[in-house]
Amino acid sequence: MIDNTAAIDVRGLRKRYGDVQAVDGVTFEVARGEFYGILGPNGAGKTTTLELVEGLRQPDEGSAHLLGEPSWPRSKRLLRRIGVQLQASAFFEKLTAREQIHTFAALYGASRERADAMLDTVGLTEKRDVRDDKLSGGQAQRLSIACALVHDPELVFLDEPTTGLDPQARRNLWDLLRGINSTGRTVVLTTHYMDEAELLCDRVAIMDAGRILRVGPPADLIRELGANNLEDVFLQLTGREYRE
Amino acid sequence: MSAFRSLSWAMALGLLRDRTAVFFMLIFPLMLLALFGVLFQNESTSRSAIVQVGDVAVLDDLPEAEFAALSDALTIEKTADRERALEEVREGDVDAAVWEEDGRVQLRYSAADAARAGTVQGLMRSVVQGANLAATGLPATYELATDQVEDKSVKAIQYFTPGLLGWAIAMGASFMSAFTLVQWRRKRILRRLWLAPVGPGTVISARIGVSLAFSFVQVAIFLAVATMPYFGLKLTGNWWLSLPLVACGTLSFMSIGLLIGAWAKSDEAANGALQVVIMPMAFLSGSFFPTGDMPGWLSTVADFLPLAHLNTSLQDVLSRGGGWGDALPVMGGLLLFTAVVTAVAARLFRWDST
Repeated sequence: MIDNTAAIDVRGLRKRYGDVQAVDGVTFEVARGEFYGILGPNGAGKTTTLELVEGLRQPDEGSAHLLGEPSWPRSKRLLRRIGVQLQASAFFEKLTAREQIHTFAALYGASRERADAMLDTVGLTEKRDVRDDKLSGGQAQRLSIACALVHDPELVFLDEPTTGLDPQARRNLWDLLRGINSTGRTVVLTTHYMDEAELLCDRVAIMDAGRILRVGPPADLIRELGANNLEDVFLQLTGREYRE
Repeated sequence: MSAFRSLSWAMALGLLRDRTAVFFMLIFPLMLLALFGVLFQNESTSRSAIVQVGDVAVLDDLPEAEFAALSDALTIEKTADRERALEEVREGDVDAAVWEEDGRVQLRYSAADAARAGTVQGLMRSVVQGANLAATGLPATYELATDQVEDKSVKAIQYFTPGLLGWAIAMGASFMSAFTLVQWRRKRILRRLWLAPVGPGTVISARIGVSLAFSFVQVAIFLAVATMPYFGLKLTGNWWLSLPLVACGTLSFMSIGLLIGAWAKSDEAANGALQVVIMPMAFLSGSFFPTGDMPGWLSTVADFLPLAHLNTSLQDVLSRGGGWGDALPVMGGLLLFTAVVTAVAARLFRWDST
């Protein structure tokens, strides 16, 4: 089946909270099968942008189409085709890893066998009877990614999946994320780690103060701006250090 | 598994694994029921007690049938030491001391409890007069005929079972709905569910279904305990009307929980607010003691509390032979309360805790 519509088509998104213009005219497109990164410091508007794109909030202006369908208002048909990882803590109270993913599988009409297979994919089969609050940070992240993938979505959103993990756990997770993308899924990742974006993403959008400053493959951005790495790119674009 | 069943299952497991919640919503009210049941078991048979010093002919020669009848109202202890007997009367351990001296029956009582003193005097006077009449050998001119009527007064267990049950249901339903809302918001499960292909109706009906099921479990366990012969609750014909009543009560307490959950930003704030609302409501609604003597303005406050109406109507249908006429208006009122409070909660609702 050939579908030529973009995986994500976002035009002129704006969102204001009181006096704060959280998202100020964001436009971008993500192709099918692409690994797309949204980069920026805390407060840059990444999370709000993602929430508008996913259809969690109504934009003040602009539109977001996912897989050819508008994400607002909420459409169950579209939601079946996308997978969302919000945060590692988005689990039900006092359920084991296996019960968590079975619950999510049921919400999407996926089978228990598929859920168990997904648990295996993220390497949590041995931890399946452990409750969510007893999992390590990396294990919880992997479980939440497995829950986002349990219904085999075409488009996956991952919100800062490696935040708070130690270097080894981050590297393990990168392998998992590459694997998800290599099966043809479109992956959108927000992060504030430059090295992560450089390694994983086909293209990155660099955000600051609610706007997208520059979009392109990491290597091109580095070459154009004569920078050593994405961290320098950010410094050049915004005139300030990346880390707060 | 369908989304509804799996969400219900997830909520039920989460509840059953929360030992603190199960203790406070089920075990603790049951402990109070058992405690109150034991404490107030003999409340209605408060017999007077006297000490008999030495031989007292009028008591010792009483025919067996009359002595048995007297024992229903009077406990008679025997001793040889008059001083000690009087000391016991002074200290209030017994109500009176009696002895015979030169053909006179001497009775000494304490005026501390006038009603008890009166009872003891009356009983002893009738014993003495009966003995006098018997001594004359004449037939009695007047006779007192007595018979028992059916007892419709409220026994302690009949009062405490509906009251404590209502309180347990109020705690269970309000805490569960408030904590679901606060924790799901904090853990972003609310948003996660919004991004899953399930309708809000499915999520809400799963929450209501689990709460109703838990309330019915509370009813079943409470009635099973209270109707044990030891506690002696007698259910009246329409006791099953307690089920629809409890269902409506559960909904109204869930709406209180929703309101608090919509307002509270943290588990601690929700817990505090629930305690502040549920405990005074339970006291004013007569869950722990009768509220007949409450000042007028407090009764007016209690009239607006769903638990007050639930308790009264539960008592009506469980143990006082009440029927649809008692239950229906209360159900309607509880549902109205639910609608109003839920509407307010919906206006306060936020997706995020920040």
